[in-house]
Amino acid sequence: MPSKMTASAPAASPWLKLATLSGVLFLHVPLALIVLYAFSSEDKSYVFPPPGLTTEWFAVALERQDVWEAITLSAQVALVATAIAIVLGTLAAGGLARTKFFGREAISLLLILPIALPGVVSGIALRSAFHTMEIPFSFWTIVIGHATFCVVVVYNNAVARLRRISPSLLEASMDLGANAFQTFRYVLLPQLGSALLAGGLLAFALSFDEVIVTTFTAGQQTTLPIWMLQELIRPRQRPVTNVVAVFIIALTFVPIVAAYWLTRSDEDSHHR
Amino acid sequence: MSATAAGTLSERTSTALITRRGLLLTALLVPPLLWFGVVYVGSLLSLLANSFFGLDDFTGQVVREMSLNNFREILTPTYLDVAFRTTLMAAAVTIACTVIGFPVAYYMARHARGPQKAILYIAVMLPLWSSYLVRLYAWKLLLAKEGAVVWMLKALHLEWLLEALLATPVIGGNSLSFSPLGTFIVFVYMWLPFMILPIQAAIERIPGAMLEASSDLGASPAQTFGNIVLPLAMPGIAAGSIFTFSLTLGDYIIPQVIGNSSQYIGQVVYRQQGVAGNLPFAAAFSLVPILVIAIYLWLAKRKGAFDAI
Repeated sequence: MPSKMTASAPAASPWLKLATLSGVLFLHVPLALIVLYAFSSEDKSYVFPPPGLTTEWFAVALERQDVWEAITLSAQVALVATAIAIVLGTLAAGGLARTKFFGREAISLLLILPIALPGVVSGIALRSAFHTMEIPFSFWTIVIGHATFCVVVVYNNAVARLRRISPSLLEASMDLGANAFQTFRYVLLPQLGSALLAGGLLAFALSFDEVIVTTFTAGQQTTLPIWMLQELIRPRQRPVTNVVAVFIIALTFVPIVAAYWLTRSDEDSHHR
Repeated sequence: MSATAAGTLSERTSTALITRRGLLLTALLVPPLLWFGVVYVGSLLSLLANSFFGLDDFTGQVVREMSLNNFREILTPTYLDVAFRTTLMAAAVTIACTVIGFPVAYYMARHARGPQKAILYIAVMLPLWSSYLVRLYAWKLLLAKEGAVVWMLKALHLEWLLEALLATPVIGGNSLSFSPLGTFIVFVYMWLPFMILPIQAAIERIPGAMLEASSDLGASPAQTFGNIVLPLAMPGIAAGSIFTFSLTLGDYIIPQVIGNSSQYIGQVVYRQQGVAGNLPFAAAFSLVPILVIAIYLWLAKRKGAFDAI
C-alpha cells in the first residue's frame, strides 16, 4: 500500500473541479464583460455580443465635466479621510498593540463597529447626529463619515506591524540616549512606514469606493460613486459610464495590490 | 551628551511618557477614543434618541418628545412585510452562497497547492477589491433584455426556462433586471467571496490525518464528508453567513437598481429619511436590522462562528 509521505494534494473529482471553475468564472465574467463593453461601439452598450469595438468612448468620457468633478471630489475626500485615519489608527494601534488593560477588547470592538454594522445603520446614525446638531451637509460631513470607518483599516495594518517590531529596538535606542520623540521619529516610524502606507492605500481605496454611508452624509456633493449610482438609476450615456467603470476598477485595484505587496511579510507572522 | 533631569520641555515630556506607562497610554488612546466616542457612539445614541421622536404634522419638523409611535407603526402589516421579505431574501442568499461557495472553498483548502492556491485565492479576493457599484453596473448590463445572460440562454435554447421563471408570481417580473430573481442573483454574486474565504479557512484547519483515519476506519467518502468535514466546516459557514446575512439586510442599492417595486428594509430607511423627511421613523426602522442581526449573531455564536474568524 503506497504511503503518502509527501504533502501532495489528493486528486480531486472532476465534479469538484468543475464546480470550482464555475464558481470562479461566475465571479469574474461580469467584470470582464464590463471591460469589453467599454470598447463596444454600440450606443445602447449592453447588447451582446457587441457589434464592433472602438476606443472613441474614452475620448468622450474625458471631456465630460461632471465626471471630472466627481473624480476630483472623491479624491479630495479620500485624501483627507485617509490622513485622519492614519493619525487616529496609528495612535490606537500604539495604545492597543502590546498592552493589556481592562476594556482593551471593548475598544477594539468599537473601532471595528463602523465596518461591522450595516452601512445603512452607520449612515443614518451619522445623518441623525448631523441633523440634531444642525450641522449642514458638506465636504466635511462626508470626510467625517469616511474617516470613521477607515480608521480600522489602518489600525489593523499598524497593529500587525507593531507586533512584529521587537521592543528591544526601542529600548536600545533609548539606552543610546534618544528621548521618546527621537526614538519615535528615527526608529519606530521607519519600521512602521510601509505598514502605514499600506493601511493608507487601503483606506484610500475604501473611501474612494464608498457609496452607502456617503449618500447619507453628502448634501449636494457628488462623489464618483454617487455619480455612478445616479447613472445606474437614470442612465445618461451608457458608454461613458462603462469607461468610468473601467477607470474605477483600475483606480481601486492598484492601491489594494500595492498594499498587499507592502505587507505580505506581516501576514505570515500574524499569529491567531 | 544628553541633558540632566531638569532638561528641555521635550526631554521632560519624553521622560514622563517613558516612565509613566499610564500617561503614554492615555496620550495615545485619547484622540481616537474621543473621535469614536463623539462621532460614532454619539451618532448611534442620536439614532436611538431619534427613533423615539416624531414629526410635527403641520411643520414637518422633528418633535423631540418621547413616544412609541414609530414602533407601533413598524408593527403594522406594511412594514412587517418589508422586514419579513428582507429577512427571507437574506436567508435565501446565505443558502445559495453556501451551496455555490462550499465546493470552491473545499477545493482551495484540500486540493490546491502552491501557485494554484495563490491564484485561486487572488481570484476569489479580486472581485471584492473591485468597486461594488461597478460590479452592480456589470450585472445591470448583463441582465438586460438584450444582454449577455439572455443571449446565452437563447444560445442554449433555454428561453422557455427564463420565461417560466419570470412568470412565477413572487420571484418573477418583467425582465431579469426588474425582478426579485435578478436581485437574488446579484446579491449572491456580491457576497460570494465573503462566504468562500471563512469556509476555506475552517476546512484548512481540519488535519489531513483525521480524514485519512476516517477512511482507514472504513467510512466512504460521503460518510467522511457528512460526519467529519461538514461539522468541522460549520463554524466557517456560520462566519460567512454573518457577512451575507448582515450585508443583505442593510443593502438598499441592489434592490433599487435590480428589482421591482417591492421594498426592502434598507430602501424604506433611505426613503423615509430622504424624500419623506421622516428621520425619526427611519431611525426607528433601522433598529429592525440591528435586532435581526443581533439575534442572528447570538445564534451564530452558539454554533461557534466566532472561533473561525
